[in-house]
Amino acid sequence: MTQARIPKRTFDAVIVGGGGAGLRAALQLAEANLKVALISKVFPTRSHTVSAQGGITAALANVSDDNWHWHMYDTVKGSDYLGDQDAIEYMCRNAPTAVYELEHMGLPFSRLDNGKIYQRPFGGQSQNYGGDQAIRTCAAADRTGHALLHTLYQRNIAARTQFFDEFYALDLIRDEAGTVLGVTALEIETGQPWLFEARATLLATGGAGRIFRHSTNAHINTGDGLGMVLRAGLPLEDMEFWQFHPTGIPIVGSLITEAVRGEGGYLLNKDGERFMSRYAPNARDLASRDVVSRAIAQELRGGRGCGPHGDYVHLKIDHIGADKIKERLPGIRELSLQFAGVDPIADPIPVTPTAHYMMGGIPSNLYGQVVAPVRTGPEEAVPGLYAVGECACVSVHGANRLGGNSLLDLVVFGRAAGLHMLDYLRENPIPRPLPQAEVEKSLARLARWDKPKPENGGGESVAGLRGDMQRVMQDHCGVYRNEALLRAGLEQLTQVAARLPDAALSDHSKMFNTARLEALELENLMLIARATLVSALARTESRGAHSREDHPRRDDDHWLRHSLYFTGNDHLDYKPVRLKPLTVETFQPKERTY
Amino acid sequence: MRFRIYRYDPESGAKPAMRDYEIEFEPRGKKLLDALIAIKDTLDESLSFRRSCREGVCGSDGVNVNGRNVLACVTPLEGLKEPIEIRPLPRLGVVRDLIVDMGQFYQHYRAVKPYLINLDPEPENERPQSPQERAELDGLWECILCGCCTTACPSFWWNPDKFLGPAALLQGYRFIADSRDQATNERLDFMEDPYRLFRCHGIMNCVEVCPKGLNPTQAIGKIKTLLVKRAL
Repeated sequence: MTQARIPKRTFDAVIVGGGGAGLRAALQLAEANLKVALISKVFPTRSHTVSAQGGITAALANVSDDNWHWHMYDTVKGSDYLGDQDAIEYMCRNAPTAVYELEHMGLPFSRLDNGKIYQRPFGGQSQNYGGDQAIRTCAAADRTGHALLHTLYQRNIAARTQFFDEFYALDLIRDEAGTVLGVTALEIETGQPWLFEARATLLATGGAGRIFRHSTNAHINTGDGLGMVLRAGLPLEDMEFWQFHPTGIPIVGSLITEAVRGEGGYLLNKDGERFMSRYAPNARDLASRDVVSRAIAQELRGGRGCGPHGDYVHLKIDHIGADKIKERLPGIRELSLQFAGVDPIADPIPVTPTAHYMMGGIPSNLYGQVVAPVRTGPEEAVPGLYAVGECACVSVHGANRLGGNSLLDLVVFGRAAGLHMLDYLRENPIPRPLPQAEVEKSLARLARWDKPKPENGGGESVAGLRGDMQRVMQDHCGVYRNEALLRAGLEQLTQVAARLPDAALSDHSKMFNTARLEALELENLMLIARATLVSALARTESRGAHSREDHPRRDDDHWLRHSLYFTGNDHLDYKPVRLKPLTVETFQPKERTY
Repeated sequence: MRFRIYRYDPESGAKPAMRDYEIEFEPRGKKLLDALIAIKDTLDESLSFRRSCREGVCGSDGVNVNGRNVLACVTPLEGLKEPIEIRPLPRLGVVRDLIVDMGQFYQHYRAVKPYLINLDPEPENERPQSPQERAELDGLWECILCGCCTTACPSFWWNPDKFLGPAALLQGYRFIADSRDQATNERLDFMEDPYRLFRCHGIMNCVEVCPKGLNPTQAIGKIKTLLVKRAL
């Protein structure tokens, strides 16, 4: 076998992904004067963090009486008790510090009259463990993700982080002992594969919402880090839990932030009824996202949807007045005008539940270390490998994420991972030898797409297969699921996946070949779609965002545990939920009402 | 619908050329990016362009359409004259098809030190900022770095290496305008240069094309005013 020689770059740490989580971790390392490379398939400010709108949740108590323990209670309850309470305590406890830190970095938060950071009400947030609505979500108008992403990128410029923009990570390089020694990556502009050698590797590759046909997610959300982890023989956790955001613009998918309801907006069916009162008598429109999405789905099923096909409901906000809308929701007004043809100052916005966020992901602990059942326990750290952000499953979101907790997750655990990596790098100063065979495997995967397209122009196309996969997931793995639906979906997905080896490209240029990029992304999406269906089929209960019509109740006796999915033979393993927090009492699972 | 799209692949050895495409496509409610994706998915997968958020917030898909710089994902197809002529953003080197080399653009952005400079010890809580002080940042911080403005600017076309361009200057002013920033003098020193700032002649193409409705010319004017005030 010929030795594939590809150029190599060596760093202390390599970070894959230039969104909020990757940038926050990179900052920690760069400011400690380590050699850190940040690889991103897009220029960092094109990352999906930029689309986050409503805010970042932290108990600052700038508006209403508040403390982090109430935030913790809401997050545990919101997770339908599947969240790990040690990680949730860590996140909520550190939330105020994390937000102040962002403010010190220069993030342009909106302000209250007294000069403090502006906070708004968000869904599932309460005072005093389930009491009155809390006002806890810190915001920069309705473009908080943009503000956060740009600020973190700017701080990394100041810290002189080394960016490798438009480099696409292919595979993890692991040696026989299981230690991760870096990644292979494709320089998109030239088509040159590179080896990035590093003693610590952090995955911050974001979500994979593009497994669905209709999604709020950017085109780039193809779960590349998850594919890398599965191919390296490691599992994915809780992949059955996908959040359907109650308010996406139909078909287009663009997100209409929960902040619209936080600022006083509410949902109406075709009869003009404020139907949330029937589903969540106390919290109404600010119930948890899974609850509101199910309510909308019920309205649509009951024939009370709006429009000629009855396939959406109305989100009314005009009553708060034009000035408030322009000041606090300018981005929403812009999106509504552009994508729904509606000015919310005058008319209600059409909305429908839309795939939005992946609660599951790469199993990790509260130091950002990737953990897996390797030899002894179910949560053994994989040496040299970290994961943070939407691609990771800490798990702070459990079965359902609360709004405002995802930006928080990025910065709290981005920092925590950075800190732990500093220790790890100090304790492991010597690079280990790189297994060449692993590099070759990755290059072979890349070379597979050099195969010529059949002369007759036949064969499968990447776009065709992707469309078929997305239709299967949309039709079979939505807000409501049941065994027959999931089983049929898995059968169909198997057929689609079986056609993937017949796919070939007609574009074989090395220069900025986006056709090849989409093919490599599709390989990751297919693995994730399968992980989702297999995990969803196995979980015979309803919890959070996973609603089984054939098993409508939560079943703590059997299912208060995390799923672990391994690719290849679709093996499922399980591990217990960490119910014990770091310092406070456990919030015992109880019935969840809003 | 009929399209005429700029095609160039340096690897092919062929010169850049415009290629015609015709595709059945119902334009109602659809954006230009939808059509580009449909062409790539069904007619010609080698057509290359950048895209990410598809809702006008990430700034990836700036292109020149019928002579005007736009974001493909928020440009309605309805009302565009056919054949719709799509070219890469002007003046920057073309990597392939509609993909330009943004290196120069990003270099200018980095040059203005686009980060808050404040050397005071950090307080335990937030640094206070009144809503009025914060309002000074509106119309500045929302820039998505798409490059539509800078590549529409004749001053940038003439001196792309020396004139910072509207996007970088807008970001430069974003930090000057921030009540929390302490480096105004240093920032003004850097801008006070016959090329970096003063090549702006108020042509206002930047304002005309900004897909986010921002006004770089006004920000540049404010920098100039501060320089005059400082000199007095």
